[in-house]
Amino acid sequence: MKFAVIVFPGSNCDVDMYHAIKDELGEEAEYVWHDENDLSGFDGILLPGGFSYGDYLRSGSIAHFSNVMAEVKKAAEQGKPVLGVCNGFQILLEAGLLPGAMKRNEGLKFKCEPASLKVVNAKTLFTSGYTENQVISVPIAHGEGNYFCDELTLKRLNDNSQIVFTYSENPNGSLEDIAGIVNERGNVLGMMPHPERAVDSMLGSSDGIKLFQSIVKNWREAHVTTS
Amino acid sequence: MYKVKVYVSLRESILDPQGNAVKNALHSMSYREVQDVRIGKYMELMIEKTDRPLEETVKEMCEKLLANTVIEDYRFEAEEVVVQ
Repeated sequence: MKFAVIVFPGSNCDVDMYHAIKDELGEEAEYVWHDENDLSGFDGILLPGGFSYGDYLRSGSIAHFSNVMAEVKKAAEQGKPVLGVCNGFQILLEAGLLPGAMKRNEGLKFKCEPASLKVVNAKTLFTSGYTENQVISVPIAHGEGNYFCDELTLKRLNDNSQIVFTYSENPNGSLEDIAGIVNERGNVLGMMPHPERAVDSMLGSSDGIKLFQSIVKNWREAHVTTS
Repeated sequence: MYKVKVYVSLRESILDPQGNAVKNALHSMSYREVQDVRIGKYMELMIEKTDRPLEETVKEMCEKLLANTVIEDYRFEAEEVVVQ
C-alpha cells in the first residue's frame, strides 16, 4: 500500500509519519509537497501534525486552500483512507472534510504528554485492530485541541458512531472528551493524539502501530483478490 | 480604494479562555468592575474598487477564510480612502 505524506510549509511531524509507515509498518510512503495537484498514484493520504503556514489566522485555515487539498478532497470522495493528525485534523476541519472546529485548550497551555485514549468505535477501517473500549496510550502535543461543534452535529456524530477516540482524562476541554472523529462514510479520520509517535515501545508506547496496520489490512482485503 | 476593518471574535455562546485569563488578571489588579472580557482579532484590508458590491466581496472573504463561523462571529466597517 502506498501512502502520501502531505507536507505543508510548517509541517513538523511529517518525518515521524514517514518513519512510521516506511520503517515500522514496512509499507511505501512518499512526501508530497502542498503545491502538487495529483494524488492518483496513492492508496492512502496522511496529513501530519505541525504548524502549517505558521497557524496564522487559525490553525489549519490557510493550508486548506493549498493545491493539494483539492486532491485530498477528491481522494476522500473516492473512498481512500485519509488520516489527519493534530494539525492535520485541524486542516480537515477547516476544509470541511470533518465537522466542527478547534478552540484553544481550556487551560491555555500547550499540552505535550502521553494520553490515555478509549477506542469508542473499533469498527472503522482505522481501528479494526483494536477492541471496543480498549484503552491505549498515545501522546498528545497541541495548544488548540479543544474540539467543538454545535448540538445538532454532536447528535449526528453520536448517532452515526463517528466518535472514534475519547480521552480518559480530558486534557483540553474538548466536547464530550472527543479525541478523534471520522466522517459519515468512515474513510476520513481526524485525531489530535499522535499515533505515529507511538509505533515502537522504545518511544514509550507502540499502541499507535495498530491504527496503521488496520488501514493496510482493510485496504488489502478490499483490493487484493485471492485466486 | 476602500479601507475595510474586520473584527472577528468568538461567538457569545462560546467560552473564551483567553478572555477569562485576562479578566482574572484585571480582577487581581483590583478592577473588580470588569464583568467580562472577550478577545478577538482585528484585520485591516485595503481593497480596490471593482464592479462587484464591496459588502458582498468582504462577506464572502469572511465566511471562506477570515472567520470560522462554527465558533466565530465577524463584523466589518468600510470607508473610502484616497491613496496618495
